[in-house]
Amino acid sequence: MVSQVIFGFVLLAAIALAAYNARKIIQNIRIGRPEQRRDQPALRLKTMLLVAFGQKKMFKRPFAALLHLCVYLGFCIINIEMLEIVIDGLFGTHRVFAGMGAFYTFLIAAFEWLALAVLVGCVVFLARRNIARVKRFFGTEMTPWPRTDANLILIAEILLMAAFLTMNAADHRLQFLGAANYTQAGAFPVSTWLIPLLPENVSSLITIERGCWWFHIVGVLVFLNYLPYSKHLHIILAFPNTYFSNLYPKGHFTNMGSVTTEVRAMLDPTYTPADTEAPARFGAKDVQDLTWKNLLDAYTCTECGRCTSVCPANMTGKLLSPRKIMMDTRDRMVVVGDNIRKNKGFQEDGKSLIDDYITREEIWACTTCNACVEACPVNINPLEIIVELRRYTVMEESKAPASLNTMFGNVENNGAPWKYAQADRADWKNNG
Amino acid sequence: MTTLKIPTMAELMANGETADILFWVGCAGSYDERAQHITRDICKILHHVGIKYAILGTEESCTGDPAKRAGNEFLFQMQAMANIQVLDGYEVKKIVTACPHCFNTIKNEYPDLGGHYEVIHHTQLIQQLIDEGKLKAAGGESFKGRRITYHDPCYLGRGNGVYEAPRKALESLDAQLVEMKHCRSNGLCCGAGGAQMFKEPEKGTKDINVERVEEAIEARAEIIAAACPFCMTMLRDGVKAKEKEQEMEVLDIAEITARANGL
Repeated sequence: MVSQVIFGFVLLAAIALAAYNARKIIQNIRIGRPEQRRDQPALRLKTMLLVAFGQKKMFKRPFAALLHLCVYLGFCIINIEMLEIVIDGLFGTHRVFAGMGAFYTFLIAAFEWLALAVLVGCVVFLARRNIARVKRFFGTEMTPWPRTDANLILIAEILLMAAFLTMNAADHRLQFLGAANYTQAGAFPVSTWLIPLLPENVSSLITIERGCWWFHIVGVLVFLNYLPYSKHLHIILAFPNTYFSNLYPKGHFTNMGSVTTEVRAMLDPTYTPADTEAPARFGAKDVQDLTWKNLLDAYTCTECGRCTSVCPANMTGKLLSPRKIMMDTRDRMVVVGDNIRKNKGFQEDGKSLIDDYITREEIWACTTCNACVEACPVNINPLEIIVELRRYTVMEESKAPASLNTMFGNVENNGAPWKYAQADRADWKNNG
Repeated sequence: MTTLKIPTMAELMANGETADILFWVGCAGSYDERAQHITRDICKILHHVGIKYAILGTEESCTGDPAKRAGNEFLFQMQAMANIQVLDGYEVKKIVTACPHCFNTIKNEYPDLGGHYEVIHHTQLIQQLIDEGKLKAAGGESFKGRRITYHDPCYLGRGNGVYEAPRKALESLDAQLVEMKHCRSNGLCCGAGGAQMFKEPEKGTKDINVERVEEAIEARAEIIAAACPFCMTMLRDGVKAKEKEQEMEVLDIAEITARANGL
């Protein structure tokens, strides 16, 4: 009874804390400007099913994809087991679903194999990060914290799976020994291997079984509340993020309606703009100027670095790293979000996304080639943020690199980015 | 080249005629000496197959692509609206472009400003003409057995998902097609996109076009097939930087097609 009460309390506290954190995340995403991403629900659903659920884009790198698939499937399916654990914990039952008989046996056996797959996946992932030192897990933005974060997640998953398997092994042994409450249920193809390592004594076995049970469930609840502080949030946000994907061809850059109004008025003095509110500024200086989708992107990024590893600028030693763009955006969003909650509205802090987080050298190194967008397994778009920052520096500050200002001047005056006369535009006909 | 009569929309209109397709030449195709060759080759192809086409001539103006990628939305929209006015004035329905940047901008971004056209890139047109049997890769230079690698322009490939048309155009040559390490949706940019064409690159360890040409060298290509005037400039500079001008040529797919057909 005491353990049921403790369990209920721990569960409630974990859920409350998770809800509190979820609310903060949603508030932070809502700092962004509105954008319409609810059209074509069928296509959106299909995109989500293929990209997030089906992991389609992961398979550009088959080895990493296979390992990730193990961890992903294991994570999803073992969560079914969580339901049983929660019911057992609250009602003091033991393996409450055992009544399902053969199906239960099948389920438990499947969970065991999946747990092993997760374990192996995580061990190889750790080795890739720390022994093989795969290049994309390093780079300027991969400071000690993001690297530790990645290792913590992997170690946590290994511990959780180890506890799960040890619990099963002890349970299996207790069933065999006919201990009270340990009814015959389930098949244990993997944890059987651990039995030789366990003591023979029933009370020690019960201690191990209970200990692992508690470790597993408390571990999962702690992990749930670690998510908001970690890059691991992608396990949830990958789904909404792919659902709200950009459905235009990648070459399409957003049209700025506010500019259209001004340009139309300029070209046609009789034009009366629809009654729309003028935007605070053109382009983005800070996270408030980005869209909610840009901010959702930032929270969804799991820092895998596929974007950066295919970025032509990064590949050739430039400062730009699309992953850093996403990490900086998230860091700034969290600071701005906390600021707003603390001061009941944003209190100027003398900082902005441009300059204090992302430098101009970075945004001007981009070739807008869309390689990062294509590479992202969860349809994050770093390019949109880069372009919004460029728009701000060009249209609000007039601080484009000098050679680009020359190009602008040429386009404006001669209708071509180079200094040639418009009248000579068709001279090529005679130059053969 | 004086034998080739290239009509403008204005001339056709004056004669009460219309064109089936507008050939959007683009700034590079108009002014860049190397790209001018490609422009003329596209005209030769159009002529050869008897498509009724026209250009805008001096009425054409920059689509605004470099301005938009660089963040100057004002300038882009000024250009776009002026161009849309001209295009709509001639009731243009279908456009073929020589440049993936023009292609992408008119196809994807002009509709936001009220300009709706059917836009194709010249490699798509060439593929259609080959499929229809109007172009045969015969009667001209033979590319048989030559090692050709195709460089995907970002705004044709990733930007708009056109990967096959240019490759199909090359397949008809009976050449040996090889792929570089990065190709199709993983293609590596030439380094010119996003208005980089008009500025010096940021500080780094290497120029992007050199990196790309190294991939072509690794693929042991004799010809790098391009489909974008900016890529053309960047790749040629890369070939020069690697001192491979003797072993390696950069040719646009339109040039290769024109040569293969003896145009």
